[in-house]
Amino acid sequence: MIDLVTIWAFIIAFAVFVYVVMDGFDLGLGILFPLFPAKADRDVIMNSVAPVWDGNETWLVLGGGGMMAAFPLAYAVLMPALYTPMIAMLIGLIFRGVAFEFRWRSEAKTNRWDLAFTFGSWLAALAQGIALGAILQGVHVEARHYAGGWWDWLTPFSLLTGVSLAIGYALLGATWLVLKTEGALRDRAYHLSWYLLFAILLAIGAVSIATPFLHIQYARRWFTWPNLVFTAPVPIAVAAVAVALLRSLANRQDTQPFLLTLVLFALTYAGLGISIYPYIVPQSIDIWQAAAPRNSQLFMLVGVAVLIPLILTYTAWAYWVFRGKVLAGSGYH
Amino acid sequence: MSLAGSWTFDVVDLARMQFAFTMAFHIVFPAFSIGLASYLAVLEARWLWSGREVFINLFNYWLKVFAVAFGMGVVSGIVMSYQFGTNWSAFADKTGPVIGPLMAYEVLTAFFLEAGFLGVMLFGLKRVGRKLHFLATLMVAIGTLISAFWILAANSWMQTPAGYAVNADGQFVAADWLQVIFNPSFPYRLVHMVLAAYLTTALVVGAVGAFHLRRDQHLAGARVMFSMAMWMATLVAPIQIIAGDQHGLNTLAHQPVKIMGMEGHFDSHTDGAPLYLFGLPDQAAGKVKYAIEIPKAGSLVLKHDLDAPLAGLDTVPRKDWPPVPITFWSFRIMVGMGLLMVGLGLFSLWARWRGTLYRSRLLQLFAMLMGPAGFVAVIAGWVTTETGRQPFTVYGLLRTLDSASPLAAPAVGSSLIAFVIVYFAVFAAGVIYLLRLLAQPPQPGEQGPSSAKPTAAAGITPAVEVFLR
Repeated sequence: MIDLVTIWAFIIAFAVFVYVVMDGFDLGLGILFPLFPAKADRDVIMNSVAPVWDGNETWLVLGGGGMMAAFPLAYAVLMPALYTPMIAMLIGLIFRGVAFEFRWRSEAKTNRWDLAFTFGSWLAALAQGIALGAILQGVHVEARHYAGGWWDWLTPFSLLTGVSLAIGYALLGATWLVLKTEGALRDRAYHLSWYLLFAILLAIGAVSIATPFLHIQYARRWFTWPNLVFTAPVPIAVAAVAVALLRSLANRQDTQPFLLTLVLFALTYAGLGISIYPYIVPQSIDIWQAAAPRNSQLFMLVGVAVLIPLILTYTAWAYWVFRGKVLAGSGYH
Repeated sequence: MSLAGSWTFDVVDLARMQFAFTMAFHIVFPAFSIGLASYLAVLEARWLWSGREVFINLFNYWLKVFAVAFGMGVVSGIVMSYQFGTNWSAFADKTGPVIGPLMAYEVLTAFFLEAGFLGVMLFGLKRVGRKLHFLATLMVAIGTLISAFWILAANSWMQTPAGYAVNADGQFVAADWLQVIFNPSFPYRLVHMVLAAYLTTALVVGAVGAFHLRRDQHLAGARVMFSMAMWMATLVAPIQIIAGDQHGLNTLAHQPVKIMGMEGHFDSHTDGAPLYLFGLPDQAAGKVKYAIEIPKAGSLVLKHDLDAPLAGLDTVPRKDWPPVPITFWSFRIMVGMGLLMVGLGLFSLWARWRGTLYRSRLLQLFAMLMGPAGFVAVIAGWVTTETGRQPFTVYGLLRTLDSASPLAAPAVGSSLIAFVIVYFAVFAAGVIYLLRLLAQPPQPGEQGPSSAKPTAAAGITPAVEVFLR
């Protein structure tokens, strides 16, 4: 029988994954913003996510708040360990978030909130990727608290994961535009998707090669028998999805590239899970050590079981209401 | 804090400053959007019910304001939710099992509800039709109230912890979830805060209505919003005074030391304690200097009995004292604002009875000056209750000193400076955009956030225009 702590590990992992892909395409649009300098294009890009971005970002609050509730020790160790990237992410999200409304209110010729949108998206994406790398590296723990310095997170590896995640978000953003736009704007998005797909495959390769060198446990997890039965299909599936993505871009099927990019994210995310599990602070604290008492997890599980399906339903409805292509000049703003 | 020779702050001081700063900015937006979401639901309901165009015009007018204010609330709120981990990790480890689930329920029952329906509320009227759109507005309004429920349950548990046990790792764990949620101060704090949010919004709406009535007292939208706002002030401000009094009695029962700080009661009084109207509390000397006092009135207010004895801070070890000057003054500011709100309500009632509600220049001036009063009162009230809880994070059980993250002071100092700069830049711009929206009167055929472009700021008086640019 699967235990409560493991269920909660999957719930938190699910919330973080939903955040990554849903806010991922919002942030990707901000990352790509400088490549679409025309105001008309930018208006369309903004309108394509204006009704849903807030809901997307809420998954981040569930991931963080849920972790404090279900794995308080991990939250208490990781947040100080990731102090600088976390603060940077929050500041990035402030600039990004207010830009959605502010850019329609500014009457200046060069819209500084477009700049804030780009800057905030880049900052948040890099910070999240760096945080991921810093977690994979492991952090210095003594007793029940973080015992390292406030720059421990900064290594070549964490910078690599930072850039990689930004590239991944950009691909999500580009394929989202393929899905939601038409004409010259969609053509640009197709064009960009090609470059970004090659870039992300390079990045996935680089991170995959570097990770086993961080800890011998990672190498053992991936490359020893019988683990290989479960680990070997992951890179094979990544390759297959990459081929399918290339084909869908070549055939210009507007819906497929975005969906396949989501699958690509799911596979790499599963790969991270394979490396880390059962730790929540790699090589220091496992999910059972970090878990909140059983009655806290049970109390929340009731809510999660009832509410998450409901949330997914009305979120899907909101996406359905704003389905289809966003046309220039007929935006919501 | 050590002030010997030079200004140096330790990590706990810096983390407290950061929490106070980011919280004071944040609370402004939810306080406003809780009230405004309900107001929008009422406006849309009245439009659907009566079909009168003025209501949909007002709805669209305030919807644009809501969109900007809500966005600022969201981004400043995410900072709050992560700050428990970044700056207060010891607190997060120890209290996570109890207040973490309350905050998780806030996300699941409130944040998703608000965010999920916000897009339809802002942009979807033409896509989904009137009835579904009203449902979306209602869901957003209900979401803001559910959010208040959970976060105030969490805050109240820190003030008056109940239903808990402590495990071997030193963590608080829940023994009885109903007692955790419905802890002794929670019902009072919830009522007090929701009323405060409604009053805050009513005062802003009233000030905007007054501003436009001053230039055109026949403007239909301005008349409706001004009248609605003044009814709120008339009816709710006195109720809030009663709710506040009851909250105070509850605090006296469960957090008597906080009341001593709020009232400046350093000394015990066996035969009726005085009420200090004003004075300068001196924490080091342990007395209120230059006090203007009403003998025995303190006992009357707190015990509803002139001669009731009241214990003072002299019965409490100094290391458990809250910072008296702050709680003393912030409490007086809050009460003063509340009394002014009652005054505005009565004034408007008198003008309404005389038939001068839309004409009285004095009333308009008063209402405009009171526009920010709700925000001032909300911040002052939170300062009172949060500093009054000191030197504990969980009242009587976990000291603030033992709650902070094991970080170097430069880390917390740098992030504090970064937040100060970013908040002033971003939220100042937001406030300017809000004022610019509000400086234009609601028009017949008013468009919501779905209008193609922001309308040019035509028709604003030059002075306002200069101020807003």
